[in-house]
Amino acid sequence: MDSLLNAQTVLSTLDATLRVSTPLILCAMAGLFSERSGIIDISLEGKMLSAAFAAGTLAAITGSAWIALAGAIVTSILLSLLHGFACITNRGDQVVSGLAINVLASGLTIVLGIAWFSQGGQTPALASDARFMPFELPLIESIAQIPFAGPFMQSVISGHNLLVYVALFAVPITWWVVYKTRFGLQLRAVGENPLAVDTAGISVSRLRYKAVMTAGILCGIAGTYLAIAQNAAFAREMTAGQGYIALAAMIFGKWRPVPALLACLMFGFLDAVSIRLQGVALPGIGEVPVQIIQALPYVLTVVLLAGFIGKAVAPKAIGVPFVKER
Amino acid sequence: MKFNNRFIRNLLTGSIAAMLSTTVIAADIEPAVVFDMGGKFDKSFNQGVYDGVERFKGETGLAYREFEVTNEAQREQALRRMAQRGANPVLGIGFAQAPALEKVAKEFPDTNFAIIDMVVDLPNVRSIVFKEHEGSFLVGAMAAMASESGKVGFIGGMDIPLIRRFACGYEQGAKYVNENAEVVQNMTGTTPAAWNDPGRGGELTKSQFERGVDVVYAAAGGTGVGVYQAAKDAGKLAIGVDSNQNYLQPGTMLTSMLKRVDIAAYNVFMDAKNDAFTPGIQVLGLAEEGVGWSLDEHNESLVSDDMKSKVEEISNMIKAGDIQVHDYMSDNDCKVAG
Repeated sequence: MDSLLNAQTVLSTLDATLRVSTPLILCAMAGLFSERSGIIDISLEGKMLSAAFAAGTLAAITGSAWIALAGAIVTSILLSLLHGFACITNRGDQVVSGLAINVLASGLTIVLGIAWFSQGGQTPALASDARFMPFELPLIESIAQIPFAGPFMQSVISGHNLLVYVALFAVPITWWVVYKTRFGLQLRAVGENPLAVDTAGISVSRLRYKAVMTAGILCGIAGTYLAIAQNAAFAREMTAGQGYIALAAMIFGKWRPVPALLACLMFGFLDAVSIRLQGVALPGIGEVPVQIIQALPYVLTVVLLAGFIGKAVAPKAIGVPFVKER
Repeated sequence: MKFNNRFIRNLLTGSIAAMLSTTVIAADIEPAVVFDMGGKFDKSFNQGVYDGVERFKGETGLAYREFEVTNEAQREQALRRMAQRGANPVLGIGFAQAPALEKVAKEFPDTNFAIIDMVVDLPNVRSIVFKEHEGSFLVGAMAAMASESGKVGFIGGMDIPLIRRFACGYEQGAKYVNENAEVVQNMTGTTPAAWNDPGRGGELTKSQFERGVDVVYAAAGGTGVGVYQAAKDAGKLAIGVDSNQNYLQPGTMLTSMLKRVDIAAYNVFMDAKNDAFTPGIQVLGLAEEGVGWSLDEHNESLVSDDMKSKVEEISNMIKAGDIQVHDYMSDNDCKVAG
């Protein structure tokens, strides 16, 4: 209780927030690309899970984190292409296709995992050199001398693995791509009014394929993070619904990169807080049951969504297959 | 024609009876085991059972049927399928199989069943439960001896009375050695997913380390892997559970609380083979060698001679009844003396 609000606790909670938010941020950016182009993507979960499995498997076999990352991205892109084939080329229902990919990933990772490694669906535990390990930022020792900002830099920003920084950089890059590039303009247009894009002589299908493949790359990184950076092996169902939470965060952020980042950080923060509040007696309240603490992120989400955020407006053409007029 | 018919029928029944009796004479039991979620290579609870039934197979040459459930709905199906195929005895693993096993055991009153970690009170069921609180008391005492900060941690899997029993025994053990020891407890979750969430296990461990804990005990199935990893990364000590898990992270595993599910599983099959299967409740504690702590080449450098002798002393006192370890499940409350 005495240590509940001291600086060290606050810093370590923020530190954990970044660790927990990383897969959410990557997946939210993935969802943003896909949905801005008009393709609903509830298969973030399945892509991330498959990528995590691919990363765990490849890292165990090759001992190289980089090969694992590449393999995970390829796996995730392949699933994206499947999603694209179903709902862009064949104009299938996007939710059904996404759900199918989630179910496929959930089952296939377990079956392959049991068949290949006979460890109940897990992949073998990895040695440190087959993982992305945390490292300190250069010059952090001298930066830490700066009052206030220094300790913050040292405990919160520094000391993560590479993929955490990749996730943080993915946000400004996403912003730049979506708002400042030709591709971004076309992407936003195709999600609002594909007919106009088509009239301008740009292929709607090709644009949407590009968007879902970008989503695949980001989900691949998220899965890699789960399997070989945050943990040291793939465990079945290890995504545990984070793909859906990322999707919610992205909608929460109204399909915009920075608000989506903030939403992800909020989810991550609540998760980190819930871990730290367990078994701690709060002043004036006493010890709060675990169940209430764990429900906190979800309760707050509902309250915030209902009361404070306001209307979330989706891209107009989302979920609607594009039929080229003849 | 009539005679002929009867003759054939007699012949048939005779030969069938003969066939049956030969199979009975071969007396080879067909044991079956249904592993629970986590799978037989979970490096913990299920794997202990696997080791036991493998030992049975190696010693007797008798094969066994097995099934690994991958979702809740499969438990009852799997148990019933085993019984239908003539498997006997059928061994169910884990508290969660109790309702399914109870149902199936009633449907097949002539088949023997056994369940580990839960009591199913039927005439054809052997229930094996362990005094986890006694084993946890020992490792709790060791944790308190090894801890420099006086703070030790506990990370449970799903928040159920059984896991609280581990936690309660651990706390009592720690406080027995060091009255002022502080025990920080966390549960991973409230759903079965909590048995298989190494990421969350690692996060919980890191948060405990930040609160000053330097020895952490995980009773959380597959989630424990994340706990041990986090302990290794931070250079702190961890304590394994159920199977001997010292080898998972040599050098930072202080010990493992052993729950000899392997012996329990082996005995179920062996008793059935020797026609000595008995239903009823078996409670295995320290005195029965059903629980204990592990010492091997991976942790011998961490366990000092003082620690060893102290643990042996406590162990003997528990066996003799001089120390009464309170069982959380007896009254759903954890009263820690001292």
